[in-house]
Amino acid sequence: MTRFNAFNLVRHALTGNRNWTEQWPDAEPKAEYDVVIVGAGGHGLGCAYYLAKEHGITNVAVIDKGWLGGGNTGRNTTIIRSNYLYDESARLFDHSVDLWEGLSQELNYNVMYSRRGCMMLAHSVHDIQSFKRHIHANRLNGVDNRWLTPQEAKDYCPPLNISPDARYPVLGAALQERAGTARHDAVAWGYARGAAARGVDIIQNCPVTAIRRGPSGGVIGVETARGFIRAKKVAVSASGHNTMVMDTAGVRLPLESFPLQALVSEPVKPVFPCVVMSNTVHAYISQSDKGELVIGSGTDQYTSYSQRGGLPLIEHTVAAITEVFPIFNRMRMLRKWGGIVDVTPDRSAIISKTPVQGLYVNCGWGTGGFKATPGAAHTLAWTVAKDEPHPINAPFTLERFRTGRLIDEAAAAAVAH
Amino acid sequence: MSRFRVPGRGRVNPDRPVTFRFDGRPVQGCEGDTVASALLANGIHLMGRSFKYHRPRGAVAAGSEEPNALINTRRGPGRAEPNTRATMQEIWPGLEARPQNCWPRLSFDLGAVNDRAYMLFSAGFYYKTFMWPRSFWDKLYEPVIRAAAGLGVSPSEEDPDTYASRYLHTDVLVVGAGPAGLAAARTAAEAGLRVVLVDEHAEAGGTLLSEPQARIAGLPAWDWLTAELAALKALGVRVMTRTTAIGYYHQNMIGLCQRLTDHLAELPADTPRERMWRLRAARVVLAQGALEKPLVFDGNDRPGVMLAGAAQTYLHRFGVRVGDRPVILTSHDSAWHAAFDLQDAGAKVAAIVDTRAAPPAALAGEAQARGIRVLAGFTATATSGRLRVRSVRVHPVSAGTVGAGEEIACDCLLMSGGWTPSLHLFSHTKGSLAWDEDRTTFLPADTPEDCVIAGAGRGLWGIAATLADGAEKGAEVAASLGRGASAPALPVEGDRTGSGTSHTELATDRSPSRARAFVDFQNDVTAKDLRLAVREGMRSIEHVKRYTTNGMATDQGKMSNINGLNIAADALGRAQPKVGLTTFRPPYTPTSFGAFAGYHRGGHFEVTRRTAIDPLAEAAGAVFEPVGQWRRARYFPRPGEDMDTAVARECRATRTAIGMFDASTLGKIEVVGPDAVEFMNRMYTNPWTKLQPGRCRYGLLLGDDGFIRDDGVIGRLAHDRFHVTTTTGGAARVLNMMEDYLQTEWPELDVWLTSTTEQWSTIALNGPRVAELLRPLVEGVTLTEEAFPHMSVAECTVAGMPARLFRVSFTGETGFEVNVPAPMGPALWQRLAEAGAPLGLTPYGTEAMHVMRAEKGYIIVGQDTDGTVTPADAGLTWAVGKAKPDFVGKRGLARPDLTAPGRRQLVGLLTEDGTTLLEEGAQIVLDPAQPVPMKMVGHVTSAYRSEAAGRPIALALVEGGHGRMGETVHIPMPDRTIAATITGCVFHDPENTRLKLAAPGGDA
Ligand SMILES: Cc1cc2nc3c(=O)[nH]c(=O)nc-3n(C[C@H](O)[C@H](O)[C@H](O)COP(=O)(O)OP(=O)(O)OC[C@H]3O[C@@H](n4cnc5c(N)ncnc54)[C@H](O)[C@@H]3O)c2cc1C
Repeated sequence: MTRFNAFNLVRHALTGNRNWTEQWPDAEPKAEYDVVIVGAGGHGLGCAYYLAKEHGITNVAVIDKGWLGGGNTGRNTTIIRSNYLYDESARLFDHSVDLWEGLSQELNYNVMYSRRGCMMLAHSVHDIQSFKRHIHANRLNGVDNRWLTPQEAKDYCPPLNISPDARYPVLGAALQERAGTARHDAVAWGYARGAAARGVDIIQNCPVTAIRRGPSGGVIGVETARGFIRAKKVAVSASGHNTMVMDTAGVRLPLESFPLQALVSEPVKPVFPCVVMSNTVHAYISQSDKGELVIGSGTDQYTSYSQRGGLPLIEHTVAAITEVFPIFNRMRMLRKWGGIVDVTPDRSAIISKTPVQGLYVNCGWGTGGFKATPGAAHTLAWTVAKDEPHPINAPFTLERFRTGRLIDEAAAAAVAH
Repeated sequence: MSRFRVPGRGRVNPDRPVTFRFDGRPVQGCEGDTVASALLANGIHLMGRSFKYHRPRGAVAAGSEEPNALINTRRGPGRAEPNTRATMQEIWPGLEARPQNCWPRLSFDLGAVNDRAYMLFSAGFYYKTFMWPRSFWDKLYEPVIRAAAGLGVSPSEEDPDTYASRYLHTDVLVVGAGPAGLAAARTAAEAGLRVVLVDEHAEAGGTLLSEPQARIAGLPAWDWLTAELAALKALGVRVMTRTTAIGYYHQNMIGLCQRLTDHLAELPADTPRERMWRLRAARVVLAQGALEKPLVFDGNDRPGVMLAGAAQTYLHRFGVRVGDRPVILTSHDSAWHAAFDLQDAGAKVAAIVDTRAAPPAALAGEAQARGIRVLAGFTATATSGRLRVRSVRVHPVSAGTVGAGEEIACDCLLMSGGWTPSLHLFSHTKGSLAWDEDRTTFLPADTPEDCVIAGAGRGLWGIAATLADGAEKGAEVAASLGRGASAPALPVEGDRTGSGTSHTELATDRSPSRARAFVDFQNDVTAKDLRLAVREGMRSIEHVKRYTTNGMATDQGKMSNINGLNIAADALGRAQPKVGLTTFRPPYTPTSFGAFAGYHRGGHFEVTRRTAIDPLAEAAGAVFEPVGQWRRARYFPRPGEDMDTAVARECRATRTAIGMFDASTLGKIEVVGPDAVEFMNRMYTNPWTKLQPGRCRYGLLLGDDGFIRDDGVIGRLAHDRFHVTTTTGGAARVLNMMEDYLQTEWPELDVWLTSTTEQWSTIALNGPRVAELLRPLVEGVTLTEEAFPHMSVAECTVAGMPARLFRVSFTGETGFEVNVPAPMGPALWQRLAEAGAPLGLTPYGTEAMHVMRAEKGYIIVGQDTDGTVTPADAGLTWAVGKAKPDFVGKRGLARPDLTAPGRRQLVGLLTEDGTTLLEEGAQIVLDPAQPVPMKMVGHVTSAYRSEAAGRPIALALVEGGHGRMGETVHIPMPDRTIAATITGCVFHDPENTRLKLAAPGGDA
């Protein structure tokens, strides 16, 4: 693996960039692996990376039906924050943010983690109560999050409309300065490169059609478009398609899959310094390094596996953005797309063993799992390697829906992303 | 007349000169010009700068696929937009067009230093560096990168224009008004179908506008076009120009964006700038034509290097000769005609350079007849010229070997790499594509939508073929809708068909790693970037795209996708269909936010729901708060009062005399039918069977998880009829949930549900003197404790108005809720106000309501509960029917954790100093001395100053709270820690003595 640094960049430039080598090989499946990971999103690739790096398990394959990073990892709006309400969530997401801060160096791949701050707007008394509850809980959990007056919010983000005559006037905001964004593709590629360098096989364009169980009920491997692959352990991390994959092992997941849409504007010079989310008007926005305004919405109303998504929701989302930032009315939408997100009843994820021996699942990240990528991958790898959860993901079990021990971030605020 | 305008050519009006400004200088064009055509008429090719290297660029196309000629357009304050295509923006007197992404000016841009160091800025360079030291990324590197990126400048003022949205239904939508689209529309319309024909350009006609030489059905092409448009009009076809089909959505819904004013000098009053149509068509005909591909060679991006087809359009449609000394560089026949037409229009064509060894003899003959030099089997390896192309270097290629070069001087270089169907919209349907090896292009195959492709979009070239195909597709569509139609025969003379070959990069004699052959002009992606991406392991075309940003520019890949694919496929050593295209995403061309938002701006962003009584509250000086979409009166300040004083006064009046409250926003659902009681038994936790008509009950609704979702008082009006109330915010959700269960789980129940929230005005009257007020006004019910006890409901009249009268209380005082038909609400309010004035009646708002209900420990769902609270947690076990066989949430409640010890339970909190008001949302701990992260045991859900309690009160959810009565807990705030005692939830009249109705004539 050629190290990435300025010196090598110059050196290769001088030779016409002809001598760069591939960042990961396109592997053909072997007959057997210690661990097969279904889904080469950030979570699956990251899991492979940490299995190899921290647990010495390198006979690992990550298998994807398409190209790596082509699921929600490559479709999301990359908001990273950790100001979640419950202790369990705060710990998991803060663990992630800790990892984000050193991820470029860890992977020797610039994932462009950018701490530009994330502001959530309050538009009603109810919002204020809910955000204050978050701020107090975060403070006592050691998580950064503070309250801003409307004027302070505008100082932080000048395009913001704080007119009291707005349809939903801004009454204040919760700001997490440590929050930000990262470059989604680089996360997938960086983990892929790091995992491949440690011997992990990345197998693309190879749908997993079924999980096979042996006579004792435990996992023995996966059926794929390229034949059966034996595996001692299988970890499923297929986001919107988790339900379908896990069904083949006879494990029903408490998930619903919805389209979630996002869009970008044409690129413009820097105009938007941070991330802003508003749950009341259902939209959020940041500006990419390329200059595009990156805008996301709430999920479509109906469950679906189609990535098309409808026009009405986009119209509402854009209206919401121009309501809060009227100066963007004449900006143009460049492109919009959708992804399928898997949503649990309590809007918290599942990183867990399953009733099937040797089968693990990482799912239910819904609209907000990109930010968790390093933390989820790290704890999933631990869970797979040791056949028991890391203390941080221990509460995120599958059983909690049976016992009722929920981590209900949805109930807490119904804040997405 | 501008120097490059060709008299007698074009559809612009030379008698109507138009002056606009470009780069600070006045430029003259003609009515009908675009900014690009007007600039070209004046010999100006330099129009913009590229994204990464800030290279000088000119218009390479003449339509919406233009990647280079992007300008900032401006019409006075508030009306400015970046990244406008100069090729699409029509000119009008006074238009201001400014170049962008350059500093200090277009012709001398310091950003172009990037161009010198291009080797460093290879594909994906930023992933490989800027990592040290760690903190420098967002402090230094990123801001620098961001400032360099980004093309134009965002608007900075509010947009004064309006935008509209409309629905449209039609039998047939035809997208694209070229020959194929016109013929399809005509045939379908002749068959009696309703037809809509849209085109993104200012004029219908498509290719015909650039091919006046042809004769159709015996008429010159433009005369035929005029006649055809008249015929369409006569047939009732709706022809919409300046209208872009931006996206193809499920079930044949197409989004159309119609631009109404950007081309006008004077803005007409009351006309929106743009109108978004949601059009639903039984059938769609996509007749969007084909796009010309650039050739990929070093220096193919200099101003003056342009698509040959674009040069044709400028000549024929706009009457502009794009240069005096063109060189044609082509691998396709079509560009030869550009050479001929330009020569005929007074240019001196320096050479036709064809990459093919043997172009058609007929073309060669025609060239010879005009005295044009032909170089067949040649390649181009470089161009020169900083702000405008000056020469091109060409070489013979034989058996793959590049021979000696020759420099040919020119002032424009017109290239053609062949044509590719416009597949963008078709791809939105998730339609599949089939590779056509002969044409080296993808053609549309199957689609799940009711849509057909006609003309060049299917790889057909020439007017005759596309006209015939359009007519045929029109007939096909008509037949599929049950209409007979025949495709008319349309003979064409002077047609120009042609063929060609396709290339990756053109052959070169230079080191390929030095050649800067651009594929994506705007994003500065070169062929070697694509090859580098492949070398680095990017095997999927999506990876190549993302790593290089090829196809991600504002032309949406219209210019770069197919060339990019061909080069990537070559680098991968795989056939194109094995590599595949990246997904095209809506919109077809960038579309303004305003058009999407439509009417939903400002006050119309979302409807503001107001009760019928709202105007009276406003007149009384109420302060309002938003609650969901409603606005509700929060308090009614008297002069000099702040919220706290007003609220205290309103509470006092209610507890000592009468308070009047507009409760109309409460959700109301009428549940009716033979199985109504069974339905209620299943939905709500409470038992309903024994509730007698004329009585009401507090109802509790759970989710299937066993947690509280909603609550409200429910009256039984008859055996088969319930008047259900919900929380203000929960109304729609509860009705949806009910319908969901009724329709999907219990379809056998004979029940129907009607939302009546807006049918009733609801006025709550509370206080010890309320009976005095109501007795003289109510007819049909005797207001005594015996005849109409607490939790009764009756249909009666109040002040002569038909009413549903509830005896309920959300304050702890004797209470009534009067429901009258919504429009009567204001009259009743006024009547009660008058009658109550001598009794001390005072209106109160939501804030006093909150205080008084908290004094009584009544919960607000969504404030004191949050979706994790069971009935037991909230102290509402009494509301759960133990004997009922089932209700929504029963199984959820049976889960072990919902009954485990240590759950958070609703309790009262009194601060120990007796004066501190807690903050809602504040967290509670047992041990204030512990380090962060602290173990939190709960939070404050409600907190108010209470006159009735004589001190601030609070409600809180606390772990094991019901077992902690009297214990001290701590609330750590940023500046101090507050101690509080856990109490019960009722702070006022725990025995409920005040609910009683005073006997008639007795003292109140
Ligand atoms: C529009 C949008 C915006 C979002 N915005 C944010 C945000 O701002 N912040 C945030 O934190 N999160 C956001 N998210 C959520 C976030 O993208 C996801 O939670 C996260 O990326 C999930 O990563 P993953 O690795 O689990 O899944 P993915 O990246 O989706 O990877 C799953 C992979 O599994 C593969 N797969 C599926 N089925 C099979 C099979 N049978 N065989 C083999 N492979 C299979 C898929 O091809 C895919 O590559 C957003 C999501 C969307 C769609």
